Amino acid sequence: MAKPLPQQCPATFRKAQPAAAKTGHIGPTIFRSTDLGKTRKEAAKPPAFAKAPEGEKGRAVDHTFWLTPAHADEPNVWYAGTSPQGLFRTEDGGVTWEPFSIVSDDPQFRAWMGSVQDGTPDGPKMHSIIVDPRDPSHLYFVMSSGGVHETTDKGRTWTPLVEGLSVVEGFDAANLVSHDPHCVRLCATNPGRLYQQNHCGIYRLDRPGTRWDRIGKAMPAEIGDIGFTMVVHPRDDNTCWVLPMDGGTVWPRISLQGKPSVFVTRDGGQSWRKVANGLPKQRAWWTVKRQAMAADAESPVGLYFGTTSGELWSSRDEGRKWETMARHLPEIYAVETATPA
Amino acid sequence: MKVLIPTPLRSYTNEREVDAEGATLAAVLADLDRRYPGLRFRMIDEQDRMRAHVRFFVNGVQTFDLTHPLGPADSVQIVQALSGGSCGRRQ
Repeated sequence: MAKPLPQQCPATFRKAQPAAAKTGHIGPTIFRSTDLGKTRKEAAKPPAFAKAPEGEKGRAVDHTFWLTPAHADEPNVWYAGTSPQGLFRTEDGGVTWEPFSIVSDDPQFRAWMGSVQDGTPDGPKMHSIIVDPRDPSHLYFVMSSGGVHETTDKGRTWTPLVEGLSVVEGFDAANLVSHDPHCVRLCATNPGRLYQQNHCGIYRLDRPGTRWDRIGKAMPAEIGDIGFTMVVHPRDDNTCWVLPMDGGTVWPRISLQGKPSVFVTRDGGQSWRKVANGLPKQRAWWTVKRQAMAADAESPVGLYFGTTSGELWSSRDEGRKWETMARHLPEIYAVETATPA
Repeated sequence: MKVLIPTPLRSYTNEREVDAEGATLAAVLADLDRRYPGLRFRMIDEQDRMRAHVRFFVNGVQTFDLTHPLGPADSVQIVQALSGGSCGRRQ
């Protein structure tokens, strides 16, 4: 266990926390809360693409999918990823949002984003926006589909980071639109280490290296290494948890035979162990989405995940035993932990 | 003129019917947004397209034209269009 490095300014220590909203019938927006959700006020200018020139069909934000607080030195800055895919930034705590960098309208990025058919069923996602806690100019973002991308100059230039990643059989790995990274996490105690749950495997990348190592090959063969979510230990860069879907199919949305299990590695992915005590032993036909699993900073670490069927599960002992915290909620898209000051 | 606000947008107006001014539907929506900030973007996207599930009527007749001319005696009805559901037998 290592002492934590200076972190991204945690969301709960910020004056305002944004939350994305979309009802399905009216357009998307962002609400801000300065009292941990007791009251919310709408952003004056939510994320929106630039108006297209006359005669061209421009894009419209369907929903904001991802929100990341920026570096601790930028307490009023947040980044947002949208669907269709776009990258946005606020410098006033979420009141006004502007397109960030070239990403949303650059022809090469637009080609990598692909069409609506190249994304998840409810739209392609810009997600896993990661800020290096050592350097506010060093960012990652991830496109599903479209690959992992990195900048070291605060968005002036970007470099794809997909070497070593597999794609679905029959697709061209050289074309970034084929890449579908589901979730990328940075280790709090070692910002040079990234973990990834991809549509095609579980990976680890140790910087300054550029080649992802498929650590999911050490998962039990009958389980495979396909899934959506992944969380890393807040103090141990060798420990992370995944909740795999059925690796025997190409587009799985449920665990193998309806028996969900969490798997943990304590050695950086060389080996995995099932931690499922308390989880349903059969007929659990639900999905855990990419944002729907989280860890707190307690010791031992508390783990939490939400299901598409509206159950919230928790473990107070790093996954050894699981219990339900809540049932009969709507579909759960995202779970975050917070520590009120 | 009077503008009828659909239920999902009444958190902005707190009223079923509000007053707005403008010589076109676009101008009326801009005036509404001045009075109730954020309201327009929930109905009209950044490409100035009407959102898929919001419908506009002038004096009871549907229009898809934001340049539709309006006068002080006209009324505007904004309606949330529903979709989905079942084609099954009605009870």
